Parts: sequence; C-alpha cells; structure tokens
Amino acid sequence: MSEGYILQMKNITKTFPGVKALSDVTLEVAEASIHAICGENGAGKSTLMKVLSGVYPYGSYDGEIFFQGKKMIFKNIKDSERAGIVIIHQELTMIPELSVTENIFMGNEIVEKGLINWGEERKRTRELLEKVGLHINPNTIIKNLGVGQQQLVEIAKALSKNVKVLILDEPTSSLNESDSENLLRLMLGLKKQGITCIMISHKLNEITAVSDYVTVIRDGQTVDGYAVEAGRVDENKIIKAMVGREIGNRYPEHTPKIGEVILEVSGWSVEDAKVPGKMLCKDSAFYVRAGEIVGFAGLMGAGRTELMRSLFGKNMGIFKGGKMKIGGREVRINSVQEAIKNKIAYVPEDRKGLGLNLLDTIRKTIVSANLDMIKTKGLLDFDKERAASEKYKDSLRIKCRDVDVGVNTLSGGNQQKVVLSKWMFTKPDILILDEPTRGIDVGAKYEIYKLIHELADKGKAIILVSSELPELLGMADRIYTIFEGRITGEIAAKEANQEILMKKMTITA
Amino acid sequence: MKYVKKVLGEDLRQYTMVVALAALIIIFNIASGGKMVTSSNFQNLISGNAYVLVLALGMLMVIVIGQIDLSVGSVAGFASMVMAITARQFNLPWYVAILIALVIGMIAGAWQGFFLSRLGIPGFITTLGGMMIFRGGVIWISNSISVPVPSELKWFGAGYLPEWGPAFTGMNNSTLLLGIIAIVVYVIAQMRKYTHSGDVTGRKEAFWPFAVRIGIVAVVIGYATWLFGSGRPGTSFPIPGLILVILIILYYLITERTSFGRHVYAVGGNKSAAELSGVNVKRTYFFTMLNMSVLAAVAGILFVGRSTAAGPAAELHGKWMPSHPYSSAVQPYQAVLEPSLQQWSAAW
Repeated sequence: MSEGYILQMKNITKTFPGVKALSDVTLEVAEASIHAICGENGAGKSTLMKVLSGVYPYGSYDGEIFFQGKKMIFKNIKDSERAGIVIIHQELTMIPELSVTENIFMGNEIVEKGLINWGEERKRTRELLEKVGLHINPNTIIKNLGVGQQQLVEIAKALSKNVKVLILDEPTSSLNESDSENLLRLMLGLKKQGITCIMISHKLNEITAVSDYVTVIRDGQTVDGYAVEAGRVDENKIIKAMVGREIGNRYPEHTPKIGEVILEVSGWSVEDAKVPGKMLCKDSAFYVRAGEIVGFAGLMGAGRTELMRSLFGKNMGIFKGGKMKIGGREVRINSVQEAIKNKIAYVPEDRKGLGLNLLDTIRKTIVSANLDMIKTKGLLDFDKERAASEKYKDSLRIKCRDVDVGVNTLSGGNQQKVVLSKWMFTKPDILILDEPTRGIDVGAKYEIYKLIHELADKGKAIILVSSELPELLGMADRIYTIFEGRITGEIAAKEANQEILMKKMTITA
Repeated sequence: MKYVKKVLGEDLRQYTMVVALAALIIIFNIASGGKMVTSSNFQNLISGNAYVLVLALGMLMVIVIGQIDLSVGSVAGFASMVMAITARQFNLPWYVAILIALVIGMIAGAWQGFFLSRLGIPGFITTLGGMMIFRGGVIWISNSISVPVPSELKWFGAGYLPEWGPAFTGMNNSTLLLGIIAIVVYVIAQMRKYTHSGDVTGRKEAFWPFAVRIGIVAVVIGYATWLFGSGRPGTSFPIPGLILVILIILYYLITERTSFGRHVYAVGGNKSAAELSGVNVKRTYFFTMLNMSVLAAVAGILFVGRSTAAGPAAELHGKWMPSHPYSSAVQPYQAVLEPSLQQWSAAW
C-alpha cells in the first residue's frame, strides 16, 4: 500500500457479452489532486467510473479497489456515496420541476419526527451554494437555471454528501466559455479544501490547465500517465497516446472543387416566436456553392441555429420574409418534409434532444428520414433496411456489435455518425451541420472531418456551424460571421484568423 | 442455454409473460380439477375477451405516442348503441348497421384527434371529455333501456365457424383447416427466412434452430386446434377470435411495416427529433386517436354481439372500466404476441 494515494483501482477487468470493455486497468489517484482521465469515445472511461461508483457491483468485474487504504466492496451507488465517492454524470440527473433545496437533499432529506425540516434544509442549501459560488435563492426551480448553474447545484449536492472524491464526467461539454472557466476555478478551490477531483474530459486545454495528473485510456487499457506539473505534458502527446498514432494535423488536407451556386438566400428574416418584436435573423443573405464548405461563426445566441432551422422548413421562429433559391430556382419551403424533398438535410446541434430517438436501434435510425427508400410494394422491407444500415455502418466505421443494438448504447462519436448516416441516406444536395463535432473525441472528430470533405467532393453544398473557431478555420473554405441575428461579415478562410473572426462576431460592422 | 437462445433469440426476457401464462394455466387446471384446459373454457375465454384485446391493439399505439384514451369504453358503447337503434328502427341490414358503428367510431376519433393534434390539448383531458360526452350519449339515445340487435350480429360476438366435411376427423373441420393454414404459413415463413438468412450479412445460419422452432410452433398450434375444434358439436374456434387474429396480423403490419407505424414510434421516442426528421407529428397524433376510436367501435360490435343487446350505461360501463384496456394494452401485445409475430412474419 503506497502512501499518498486516496484511491487505487488495481487490475480492473470488465467484460460485457462479446466485448472486453476494460482489461487490466490500473488507476492511482493522489489525495487532494485533480486527476484527468482522457481517451477516445468508447475507450472505457465511463465504464471505469461506473465500476468505481458501484453502478457495476462488486463481483461483476475482476480487480480490486482500495480507498483510503482499505479494500472497498461497492454493491451499489449508495455504498460508494457513503464512502465519499460521488459521480456527476454528463447528463445532469436533477428533477427539473423541483427546487434547488429539494434536489440537493433528494434521498437524503433531513427528517425530524417523520417530517422534513425545510428550514434546516434551506439553511444548509444556502451554505452549500455559497461554497460553490452560486448566489441564488434555494427555492429556485431547477428548470429556471442555466446549464452552468445546474452543474454547480449538482456539485453542491455532492458536497452535501461529505464527498472525498468527486468524479466529473465531461463537466464542461455543455457549458459556455465563462461557465467552464468558473467550474474549473471551483475545482481548484475544492482541491484546496482537500477534495479530490477525477475529471473525464475531451478538452485538452482544460486538462492541461487545471489537472495535476493525466491518465490516458485506449481500447480498455491504461496507456500512459503524465504528471502535469512536471511540465512533461503537451497536448500533442496526449492526443498521440489517445489515438495511438500521431495526428500531425487535426484537420485533414483537402483541396476544394468548387462548382455552381446551389443555395442562395436573401433578405431572410425571422422573428422570435416567444418574444414579439425580437428578431432572430435580420435580413440575412448568403450563398453556398457545390463542393464548398461554408462556415458560420457566431457566439451563443447569435442566431446561427435559428437561421439554419428556419431555412430547414421554417422549423423555428416566425418567418418574416426572405427568398431562397436552390439551383437558381426560387423555392418556398414551409415544412421539414418539403425541405427534405428539396434535398436539404439538417444535422442538429443537440444530438440526443433533436437528432436521435434514443429508444431506436441503429438500423431503424439510419433509414428514419427516408422510409420511402426501403419500401417494397408499399411496405417497409427489412432486407433493404438492413442492407442500407450495414452499408453506412461499414463506410462510416460505426463501432457496434451489430446494427440491431440501440443507439443509446453507442458513444457520442458513433451516435453522431449514425445521425450523419441518417441524413446521408436522404441523398441531400445541401447539408447543414450544426456543431457536428460537439462532445466528440479527437480521433472521431478527424473521421467526421474526412467525411465532410468526402461529401463536399461529391458536389454537395455544406454549411458548417461551429462554436470552435479553429474548427471553422481548419475546415471551411469561406466563413460568414453572425452577430445578433445579422450576418456581419464574409471572409475566405485563408485570409481569416481567430482575431478577425472574433471581432466580426462581436461588433456589427 | 446456448441452444435455447439459438431457437428463441437473444433476448429471453421477452418470453417471461409466455412462461407466466403457461404457469397460470397449469396452476388453475390443477386447482379446478381439469376444468381449465377444456374446449368450452378456451372458447369462452376467447369470445369473452376478444374485445379487450381489440382495444389493446389501438391502445398500444396511443400509449406509444405518450397519450392515453379514457373514452374507449364510452365510444364502444355509443357506437354499438347507435348501431342497435338504427338497425331496429329502420330495419337496416346487419352490414349497414356495422358500417354505421364504424363511421361513428371514426367521427368520435376525429373529434378527439382534432383537439389533441390541432389545439394541443392533452389526450387525457380530451378523452376524459369524450368519455363523459359519449357515455351521456348512450344514456340519452337509449333512454337507459337495452336495445336488442339483429341476430346476424350475434355471429360476430359469439358465433362459431361452420361444420362441414367428413366426421372421421373427430373435430370441427373449419378449425382444423385454420390450424393447418397457420402451420403451413409458419413453415413457409421460417423456410424463407432460412434461405435468405445469409443474404446481407454473408453468414448462413444453421438449419436446426429453424427446424426446432417449426416443431414447437406446430405442436402448439396443433394442440390449440384440437382444443378448439373438439368441443361439443356446433362449436369451433370462435368468430371473435378469428376477427382478433386478422386484426393482430393487420396491426402488426401497420406498426412494423408501414411509415405510419414507424412515425408512431418516432413521435413516442422523441417528438422533436421526429419532427426534424420530416415526420408530421400532428398527423400522427390525429390518426392514432382516430384509429383507437374505430377499434373501440369494433370492440363495441363484438361486445354487443356476445351480450345480444346494446346495453345502457350502468350495465355496459361497469364492465368497461377505463383502466381495463391499459393494463392489457402493452402487456399481452408486447410480451406475448409481438415476439412471436416478429418471428412469424419477419421473413415476409
């Protein structure tokens, strides 16, 4: 038993029917440190954390867990929480209709004589919120909070359980920049108070910024560990360990073959359906040519998604005017069905909320936007359906046992490939990709980039909406900037850099 | 275990309900001293409960889209009451009467579907209103008096298949024919599935699981055929049961093999994602509710046919507790019928 480690997981092996998810993984976490775990999607990070937190009970895996020097036998989450190990999942698990106090003490209510002592609970909640730097009323209903604040409430909830090791699964994936910074600062604060944090993250800049130690997992095995403070870590080194190969360039090489103008939009205006008078898009005009990748840069709430969803069959806001030409011919599109018929496809930014039916199988999802393609004599033909889904599974390298498994079992990158397959199956000419690589690891991102290039080379017009400026600069041929619903600039990617774009995204030119 | 899985498929949990049903039958057969597994009991079970399963077919889809229909009992009562009264007062032939009942169901469904899909009023509220309206309608038009229906309609609720052919078979030959057809169809389906098994994946499956499956199904259908066909003379597999079987096949095709069926599951799984995939959510809501009420009318016809008269509120609604079809909606269809039907018709 070596000193200084609060947590040791030794030789953990976990198998699922047909798949070895973890093989002989060892993880050692020093007390009062921030320990980052990174790896590609499906590498086994989440499985490892589920073993640690008792979601997979003792006995369903091989290997041992030592916590504060003692061997631990966790049969369920309650056991691990009692020991002081709390996990905060990527998807927040609070009840949106209840208050902050009710959520924090959910399952741990302060009970006196059979009744809940609300006064005491509220008082403690206020103290806990103070600790995480959140100044809100404990009676606030969760759904009225932003995602960043909800995350802080989750951490406050963990603190209420006397947490010693806090596990955060991709904590910043749904946060904006300032919320992310806030969270990272909080983690450093917790570290000072002696709380150990384990952070699963794809964002290498965050890992290098706050963590003390990085463990890289690949294909269910620990590949490497680096102490960050010693200055031995650089981002490229982590990337290399994660994917098992050197990625010299994060964006694949590509020479665009640009053709005729396919999509031309002018004077496009959309009003907010909830706030009368507020315009989501003002007089927007742009064009996209065949084989061209056109980027849209804008801050959160600038109206990028609103513009795209309005183009995709007036799916958002109230249409207030504008013209759309496809292949030189003016079209009026009033529903998603008509948009699909006019060869437009839209891959939404919220993969789980808008892109997928998580109850469906891969097979059914891939064909779901173009059922007519798999019909024989008016009835759905399962052979055609299987053939189509197998084709995309192979060509997009979707990692799964077979196409009959549920999409909820896939990792983020593979889910995104399924969504892309679904839209490629509608054989679109115009492909709108809204944040196509959000929450996806480096290796899968690279594959998606290559796929976008392939589609462009087939002569499709591609619109790429992204919050990551390096991605736009690396992928797009031409970039439009949006600020407060207005297109504020158009610039060739070669001439652009982050500063120029950021300027146009924040000032109406 | 490995071999069992080869025959029944990877997910054995879906057979839990089949096992439970078998256990129940065995327990009650012992407890009743052998009265459970008799021809007359099974015939009665089928003709007495077919209407519940007809409702369950529609309710499954309603529940899948995340709604509920509280009005099925009242719609069934109202449709069958209108049918009985018009047939009696205007001396209409039975098939016109049935048509009237179905049209009433359709109108009731369109009414409720309109509120749900166009005005966005939740199905619970819409159909709670519908339940009151149609229940009141039954009492109003019937003056709370039972109305007898034409005798032809009894055939739908309590009828049997005709007797014909040689007597040496020892049972009702119509039932025998049905049983043989069912077995032949199953064998053909399995053989097709076997010959096509390697088409996409390139891996040809072994033949023996198909043979075992055919064997098991043939024995089960054969035994059921004998059970239903060997009752007292004049009885057979009941007509309501036959109607039910036809509807099950039809609704299997609708839910699994049509765009509409896919849309129902898509809307139920993730409404926003369905909308962005080009599914007309409002239309799906509307037709699911419409369909439910039409099936309620069918159930009403079967029920009235069995009880030989369209009854007023007290009698009818006592039996048609709204909760009745829900518990039966998902359970038997999903657990018992769906897996077997999937196997059965996957090859078609």
